[in-house]
Amino acid sequence: MFDTGTSAFMLVSTMLVALMTPALAFFYGGLARRKNVVNTMLLCIACVGIVGVVWVLIGWSLAYGGDGENPFIGGFDQIGLLGLTQQIISDSSNMPGILTALGDPASVASVDKLSYPHAIDVAFQMAFAMISTAIMSGAVAGRMKFGPMLIFSGIWVVIVYAPLAHMVWGGDASFIGGVIGALDFAGGDVVHISSGVSALILCIFLGTRRGYGALTYRPHNVPTTLLGAGLLWFGWFGFNAGSAFAPDGIAALALINTLVASAAGCFSWMLVEYFTTKKPTLIGAATGLISGLVVITPGAGFVEPLSALVMGLIVSPICFWGMSRLKARLGYDDALDAFGCHGIGGIVGGILTGVFCVPELSWTSSGGLIYTGSFDLIISQVLGIVVTLMYVAVSVSVISFLLKKCCGGSLRVSRDEESLGLDVSVHGESAYPAFLGLD
Amino acid sequence: MKKIEAVIRPEKLEVVKDALLDIHIAGMSVSQIMGCGLQHGWSEYVRGSEIMLQMMPKVNITIVARDERVDEIIDCIRAAAYTGDVGDGKIFVSPIEQVIRIRTGERDGDALA
Repeated sequence: MFDTGTSAFMLVSTMLVALMTPALAFFYGGLARRKNVVNTMLLCIACVGIVGVVWVLIGWSLAYGGDGENPFIGGFDQIGLLGLTQQIISDSSNMPGILTALGDPASVASVDKLSYPHAIDVAFQMAFAMISTAIMSGAVAGRMKFGPMLIFSGIWVVIVYAPLAHMVWGGDASFIGGVIGALDFAGGDVVHISSGVSALILCIFLGTRRGYGALTYRPHNVPTTLLGAGLLWFGWFGFNAGSAFAPDGIAALALINTLVASAAGCFSWMLVEYFTTKKPTLIGAATGLISGLVVITPGAGFVEPLSALVMGLIVSPICFWGMSRLKARLGYDDALDAFGCHGIGGIVGGILTGVFCVPELSWTSSGGLIYTGSFDLIISQVLGIVVTLMYVAVSVSVISFLLKKCCGGSLRVSRDEESLGLDVSVHGESAYPAFLGLD
Repeated sequence: MKKIEAVIRPEKLEVVKDALLDIHIAGMSVSQIMGCGLQHGWSEYVRGSEIMLQMMPKVNITIVARDERVDEIIDCIRAAAYTGDVGDGKIFVSPIEQVIRIRTGERDGDALA
């Protein structure tokens, strides 16, 4: 029967990951302009809505269905989760197909059969899909039509996220995880690189905000951003430790590494700010915390805590550079730094996992550079990232292009709507109506 | 009667208020404003990118007083709000036609403290 400890652990981890999407709404909301805060936060919450529907109908099946033999896609056998309840009823104790679909030999080795109800996996991965989709809203803040963004999100889960999840975590036959042998413990590639790069491409199709570069854009509510960052941090423990799929030493390692890397990221960012502008900021510390979380995500259960420390220290200067110099130089308007934080952080983490992966913990026969002296794993990691980038670039470009055509040539709101602010013009809802207490 | 509006630094509000109280001016309206003059804005850094903020927060104190008290009030505000740096603010004086106390209906001079 099911192991109660594991079941409880996975149930709680699912809840923690589910918290992350509302947390992201606060994180982005505080960073947005006052006149767009409802829109910015609603885009995250609407992802809960859209992804929930799509995941049940087809997302789960495409990502984790099938027999595990297809390198790119799951299957259509679990559409609508139709067989799930029957499975629960008839005691789903022996599901070798699902175990390979999880692609996690480390925890498979210790249990002969699934030690917790299969239904939890559906929910756990649904929460992953929700947060991944919500991340992209950060790049389009302030100027994108609302309906098209929801449509984009729904299509993205089906076309980009689900196949990518299968390609990385679909078992031995999966293209990125099995064939190329790239490692991704909790979603550095599947979640962060995919959403970060998708966000970048979408925001390029969308165009910059009016007055970008000339006007000043300040976060309108700094405390709210920290609130979001803190809740994200809390939820991330479920995100990383839960990806061990067992309440064991690997989960403990993932938890420690998450704590260490985020701390190092936060500390490192404040150092960078101190040395560049002499003034460490709260937004900076919160961003460093998140960057540290992102960088450790692909390697949470693969690296030693000291390596996690190094990874956290390294990622902040790189993300800082990405969000300031790179963005300024290339001129794209990644409004809330979805690519700068998640895209760049995910890529750095993926590559560093190839450096620091402890050989005994690896899901493949390759270990990190510092232990084995071999570049094999780094090459696999880079290849995996390249494949991801190519797939995301092509698919998101096509989706954005077609969507743009269907929206009368523009994904943006009108000039007037943009100046008035999306809250009032698109949603008819202002975030702080009683400004002076005049109700 | 005259309306005296003083735009001052926010941190000087308490000092000015206390100074006015010392010369028995107890009634005033205070509002927060954003403004700029000779004092150019300042820069903030958000995630490494510099943001120039042109408008600075200031405080607007409005007092309506009898003509004979105006000079005294101006001197008082100047002394209290002064720092010597650019950005100390300005005082504007304009005429007032009528003043009515709502509670009693008193007018003009009687309505002012």
